[in-house]
This record gives sequence, structure tokens and C-alpha cells, in this order.
Amino acid sequence: MSATEPDKVTANQTGVRPGEAAADAGIRLRVAKSLLRFNTCGSVDDGKSTLIGRLLYDSKALFDDQLATLEADSKKVGTRQGEMDYALLLDGLSAEREQGITIDVSYRFFSTETRNFIVADTPGHEQYTRNMVTGASTADLSIILIDARKGILTQTRRHSVLVSLLGIRHVVLVVNKMDLVGYSQDVFAKIESEYRAFAAEHGMPDVRCIPISAVNGDNVITHSSAMPWYTGPTLMELLESVEIDETRVRDLPLRLPIQWVNRPDHTFRGFAGTMVGGKIHKGQAVRVEPSGNTSRVARIVTFDGDLDEAVAGQSITITLEDEIDISRGDVIVAADSPAEVSDQFEATLVWMDEAALLPGRSYLMKIGSKTVNATIAPLKYKLDMNTMQHLAAPKLDLNEIGVCNLELDREIPFDPYAVNRDTGGFILIDRISNDTVGAGMLHFALRRASNVHWQALDVNKAERATAKGQRPCVLWFTGLSGAGKSTIANLVEKKLHSLKRHTYLLDGDNVRHGLNKDLGFSEADRVENMRRIAEVAKLMVDAGLIVITSFISPFRNERAMARSLVADGEFIEIFVDTPMSVAEERDPKGLYGKARRGEVKNFTGIDSPYEPPENPELRLDTTAASPEHAAESVVAYLRERGLLA
Amino acid sequence: MSLSHLQRLEAESIHILREVVAEAEKPVMLYSIGKDSSVMLHLARKAFYPAVPPFPLLHVDTTWKFRDMYLMRERMAKESGMELIVYKNPEAVEKGINPFTHGSAVHTDVWKTQGLRQALDKYGFDAAFGGARRDEEKSRAKERVFSFRTAQHRWDPKNQRPELWRLYNARKRRGESIRIFPLSNWTELDIWQYLYLEKVPIVPLYYSALRPVVERDGALIMVDDERMPLRPGETPMMKKVRFRTLGCYPLTGAVESEAETLAEVIHEIAAARTSEREGRIIDHDAPSSMEAKKQEGYF
Repeated sequence: MSATEPDKVTANQTGVRPGEAAADAGIRLRVAKSLLRFNTCGSVDDGKSTLIGRLLYDSKALFDDQLATLEADSKKVGTRQGEMDYALLLDGLSAEREQGITIDVSYRFFSTETRNFIVADTPGHEQYTRNMVTGASTADLSIILIDARKGILTQTRRHSVLVSLLGIRHVVLVVNKMDLVGYSQDVFAKIESEYRAFAAEHGMPDVRCIPISAVNGDNVITHSSAMPWYTGPTLMELLESVEIDETRVRDLPLRLPIQWVNRPDHTFRGFAGTMVGGKIHKGQAVRVEPSGNTSRVARIVTFDGDLDEAVAGQSITITLEDEIDISRGDVIVAADSPAEVSDQFEATLVWMDEAALLPGRSYLMKIGSKTVNATIAPLKYKLDMNTMQHLAAPKLDLNEIGVCNLELDREIPFDPYAVNRDTGGFILIDRISNDTVGAGMLHFALRRASNVHWQALDVNKAERATAKGQRPCVLWFTGLSGAGKSTIANLVEKKLHSLKRHTYLLDGDNVRHGLNKDLGFSEADRVENMRRIAEVAKLMVDAGLIVITSFISPFRNERAMARSLVADGEFIEIFVDTPMSVAEERDPKGLYGKARRGEVKNFTGIDSPYEPPENPELRLDTTAASPEHAAESVVAYLRERGLLA
Repeated sequence: MSLSHLQRLEAESIHILREVVAEAEKPVMLYSIGKDSSVMLHLARKAFYPAVPPFPLLHVDTTWKFRDMYLMRERMAKESGMELIVYKNPEAVEKGINPFTHGSAVHTDVWKTQGLRQALDKYGFDAAFGGARRDEEKSRAKERVFSFRTAQHRWDPKNQRPELWRLYNARKRRGESIRIFPLSNWTELDIWQYLYLEKVPIVPLYYSALRPVVERDGALIMVDDERMPLRPGETPMMKKVRFRTLGCYPLTGAVESEAETLAEVIHEIAAARTSEREGRIIDHDAPSSMEAKKQEGYF
């Protein structure tokens, strides 16, 4: 927004009224305030909601009608025998009020003479780690609240490590309920020294400790007369004076991820985005990543007129002096301090989904305004959040944290998360459920990435296909064991062969004898099995072949991954739809019998799930049609789609 | 010198607006003509300048808004150059649903909640911007900026996606739609101050003037047109009043005030001791009534 002086804004043209000037001056003072975002971690019983309620109450952020409601609610559903129960101000969802706990992140707002505040009140229980991470991700400061009677607990350490991983630079340990330990200096000193030792061990940069009583208001806003031995700032004094992270980000190199290319007509081509690092000015030399093209800033365009300069935190639109190709997801950086570009990284991951993270599986990764495919390599370790030990782990479950390498399908510009949250933080999205399943923080690029550049070959896929006189594709058969996949796939290959087509049939059992003989049947091994088959199918399509695959391939996610490896229209998912009861009755290999007797583990349909396709290109009902008929309908489909001339 | 509080809020909202336009198939902006909608529309014009915001405005009309609101709606559609879609639930039109004979709950449900669902389905909008703020109400304080609705337009508050940093996941399952709240982190006072600094036009009802009102169930209700049935003993009296929030005129309480300019309104609000929702009659049902309405598909 512009910094220009507003005119006198009058409603009904009554001219300048007495009191208008005073009101105007008042507004100008208020709007000059800065904004601090912080979050609060602690458990239900530490008095977290009471503390926030107290901050709202004492900073007069509550209105009379809200206070009246609070008084009535305190009497009705309060947990403090009819006394004001500040927690009721915050626990908004009816489920939370009934259970007396805080499940989800709740955002609150208050202001003082010098600052405005946004508080993210985050739940403390381990099962809500993902909600806590959500609230902490945008915070400049974290308050970690503990009960003076209990001291530092396992969860205090867990919260501290989490906020430290999230790169929050200011941490305040608030020791609450000092009134219940007789305002004892010894109790506080012991807690403080223990916490400082822990913080030093984990490299937390700025740690403060404050003894308070939220219920009585000691050291919250005003200094406590009950604790004259404490000479540090009150909690509010600290909140009003601590440095805001955006100020630091402004001194970093220029980073402008492009969100939207603005082309209202052929005369204007602007690049819109939010500045996440440094400053930008007219005439500045910039570089576009990952393409490496360079130019200079022609204009910084806003609704209120052009700007000469913009800084981190602002949402802007720029134009460049040269016509170069830029699209959403590209990042404009300073020509003299570009970001690193890579496609392989080490990162910390926080897992946020009920379904575990499986190494080898591919997820969508959103970083800045770019979305790419990411494959997770086996975990280096997971963090035991109670002992802080590194443990070997095959997967990450909900709320677990681990470190691993990731491989992307293309190069992206980035900064380490510790330097810049916006160019180093990412989310992982499940391609089937579309849910946000994980959050991550990039550490560094793996050097070996630059040594395995894709080799561009002179003879390409189109030329190889032309030589064979055919259009390559993948016929991906999926279905239960005994559904009839192999039988039909075989018939299809015979028919295509007789039509002089170059084909190759990849069959589940055959592949497991060679390429994949090191893999078993656990969920993780099944994911890896599919990944290798999908990659082989891709290479064969590249060679110009019609590839036929016959695997149970029970998970939607891996089928979607296989689809994403080839071009649009080249992947034909064929669902051999045979009811479980029919397949089990056929049982050509006697496997269902073994599985029922417990001799075979992780058998699809019995103790491992099968996720049927939602939109297969073709569905074959084997109870209604013979294998011969089914194979014929596959060939007919290929003709219809123009894949068979 | 750091960015001011309002500059940061503005930048965040613009970022959200652009992100939705880049990722959604068919976005729309819910435009209710009130002060929050006015700020949201202004931010959209800034976000896409010099282009006109690449989505239409949708007003889910109840036919019971203040007359001044309809005037402002037409003016802003013209000024912004955006397409304006006005939707009125045909069932409500046919049955003549109104707050007097059907009560405020039925009136709101049929015109607004059902009307909104019908309009979104009819035009196939998959993402709708709304002007709700987290400081308005407790269940809103817990809602994400990108809030997903099932194909039946229901909200599941216990199953919200984590929302980290500036990264918004706009991918949805088939049939789902998203409500996006770019003003989530604004407070009522921020809205007023921003309107002032940016000189955004707002409906004159927000400024105090002599207006015909009756006192009904403890609220001052403006007699805005001849459709308002007067109860025995009620005679409209001229009082100097303004509104802190605007909706259907029979359901919106006025406050007595001397504030005739925006600066004076802000001055009064900064010193105010009651929240703006007190003037909204639909909130005064059972506790958690807003959460229940939202689960049903109220915006």
C-alpha cells in the first residue's frame, strides 16, 4: 500500500469536523505499529489458554459482550468453579469445549501501544504435533510454557526441538504457576539452568526464561511484587521488543518466486510474486532460475503507481527490460548472488499423515510457487523425540520426524531452510488423496547430483517408434491375484504380435525371479517393486515398444506414479475386475489357500489392501466375458484410440 | 524501518489471492457489499493490476439488503470492470421467504446457505473467496485460510489440512470445493484503518446519520423500505445511528453514534466495548451456532 497522505475522507460531505484532526492523528499512530507473530506450546494443564486469555484480557482486546459470554460460560461449562475461565475464550470447536482440550491451532489477535500480535495457540499433545508445526511455521517467537511444580518434562524437550527445527529464532521458556511453589527463586533457578543447558546442546540461539503466574498476572504485563528477585523483562515487555524475523530476511539476497504471469494484453507482461528475501530496485540486474537467463528490472508496478524499490515481505509485480521466458514456479534472484540449483537434497521431514511415509514412493512437492515430483530415498534416521536419539527406521509414522535424501524430477533453485524459510521449506502432497502429508526443510544439495546429468541422445523416442512403424504405450493390467491378468495379457501380446507389433510383456512372477529378486512383500518392498517396473516400462516405451505389464499393483499411488513417467495418452490402465470370491475359487497357484492358513503373509485382499482404480481407461469384467473376449476388447480399444493403425 | 502491520497483512492477502487464481480452475469472489468485501475486492484489484481480477463477483442476494447496498454493488461492479453475478434462490423467491414470517434462522438458511450452494453448483465454481476473519468468532479462529468443503458443501473441522509457511495446497478431490479467506488474519480495526488509508468506497450506512429506526428485541432496526411490518405500538423514530456490520436490514442492529466520518468511526471503534457481531441477530442462537451453520455449508 502507498505511504501517501490520505485526503480527509468524509462520509456525507460535511467538511472537516472538529475532532477529525485528532482522530486522524490517532489512526496514524496506530497504523505505524509493527506485527509480531508468535505461538504458544505447552500442555493442557500448564495453563496455556489461561495465559493467552490473560494477555487478551489485560491488553483490553476483549469486548464487553465477549466478557459477558465468558462469565456466563465460566459458570456453565468452566473448569474453575465459576471463576473466570480464560481457556473458554480459545477453545472454539464444540468437541474441544466438551473434552476441555485444545485440538487445533487457534489464532488470536491483540495489540499494545507499540505492536500488534497474532498468536497461534497450538496443542501440546504428541498426537497433535502436525497442528503445532502448522502454528509454529509462521512464528517469529515461541513461548514454551511449563508448570513450575513439574519442571522440564519430556514434552518440553519435544516442543523445544520442534521449534528449533522450524528455525524459530527466539524461544521464551515461561515458567507458570509460580504462585503454587511459593514464588520460590530456587525452583525457578533450577529449571532455568537445566533448560539453558538443554538449549545450548541443541543450538537454540536466543533463549529467555520468565517466572509467571498467569492466573494472578505476575510478570505477564506488570512486574510481580511477589518475585522481587526477578529483574528481567515481563513477558509483554519481551514481546514488544524482540526482533521480527522479516527484518533479518530483508538483508538476505533477493528472492522473488513468481506466482503469476500478468498479461492483460500484448503490451504488458508482468511477473507477480511475494518477495521472500532481500530488496529489489528499478534497473537491478536479475537472473531467472532455473533457466539462468538474465535481465534488468524495468518497472515495479503497483495499483498506486510505480515503486523505485520493494523489500522482503511485499507482494509485487515487476516487468523486465528483455523478453525472456518466465513462468509460475521460476524464481527471480539477484544476478550477483543467485540461489543454488539442484535436484537432489538432504532434508528433515515431519510426517503428518495417518498413512506412513514409505521410502521409494513418489510425492508431489510444493516449494515456493513450484510443484515437482519427489522420490524419498531410504531414511537416514528418525528422531526419537523423547530421548533425541537417532534411530534406524524403515518408514515414518504420523507425527514422526526423520532425515532423508530426496530426488526431484527436475532442478529447482533453493536456499537451506536455516537461511530462508520460504526458499528452503516445502510440503509433500499425496497424489491420490491430495492431502498435505508431510512438511520438510532442505539442508543442502547432494554434490553427486551434478554428476548424473541426463544424457541427451541423438536418436530419440519418436525416431525409434517410427522405425518400428508403431506408437509406443504401456498397457498396465491391475487386479487381484487370480483375477486373470496374466492370461489376458498373454492373449493380448499374441494378438499384437500377429499384427506385427513390437511388444514386451513384463510379468510379476518373472520380474521377481531376476530384477526384483531382492524384494519381499512388505508394503515398502511392494512400493520399490512397482517403482522399478514403472521405470523399466518407461525405458521400453522410450525404445518404441508396446509394453504390457501384469502385476497386482495394489496401490493407486504407485499406479499414478507409473502413469506420470510416460507422456499423456501413453498409459492405459486396465482393471481386471474379478470379485475376490471368484478369484479365490480359481486360485490357480494355490496362494489364497496358503494365505488363509497364514502360510503367506501380506497377501493382497487378505491381509494387505487392494485399492481399485477410480478411472481406469478400460475395465474388464471376467465374470461376464471370456479371456479371449477380454483380450479382443483391449485390441479394439487400441484401435479406437488410434494406437493401432 | 520494517513494514507496518497493515502492509504485512496486505501482502499476505495478495499472495493468497494470486495463489488461488494460479491453481484453481474456476474461482469466484463472494461479494456481500459490506466493509470486509470492500477490502477484499480492493486487494484483488491490487493483486492483479493492471489486469482486471480474472474472476467474477458473486452476490448471493436475499432481496432484503439495505437499498444503499444495492447501489454500492452496481457502482463497484462498474468501477472494477468485473463481471457481477447476482443469484437469488428461486425457491426462496417463489415462497417469498422473509425474516418476519419465517424467522431469521429459516430466512438465512434458505436465502444464504442454500442459495450459496446452488449458485456454486450452478456455475461450477471450485474456489470461492470469502471475507471472513478469524477474530470474528471462535470456530473461525480455528479455520484454515484454504478451507475444503465436500461435494455436499460440508466443513469437517476435525480434518483440516496442515497449512505451513506461505505454502497453500489447493489440490482437491473430485467434487470438493475450496473456500478461501484472504482476510483471515485481519481484525475489525485493521479493516477500518485500511479502508481509511486506502480511501476505499464503502456504503454510507457505516457513517452516522439521522435514520428511521424502531427498537425491537433490544436492537435498533432501521425501517429501510415499506415491506417492514410494524408491531403494535411501534413508530419509527429518527435517531442518529450507524452500522458496524451490514446484512439484511431487518436482522441488522444499528448503534447510536455521532461518528459521521471514517476517522471518527475508527476513533469510536478503537474505544468500543462491544464486538461487531453483537449487531448480528443470527449469531445469538445456541453456543457453537456458527460452527453448526458452517458444517451445513454457511460460508
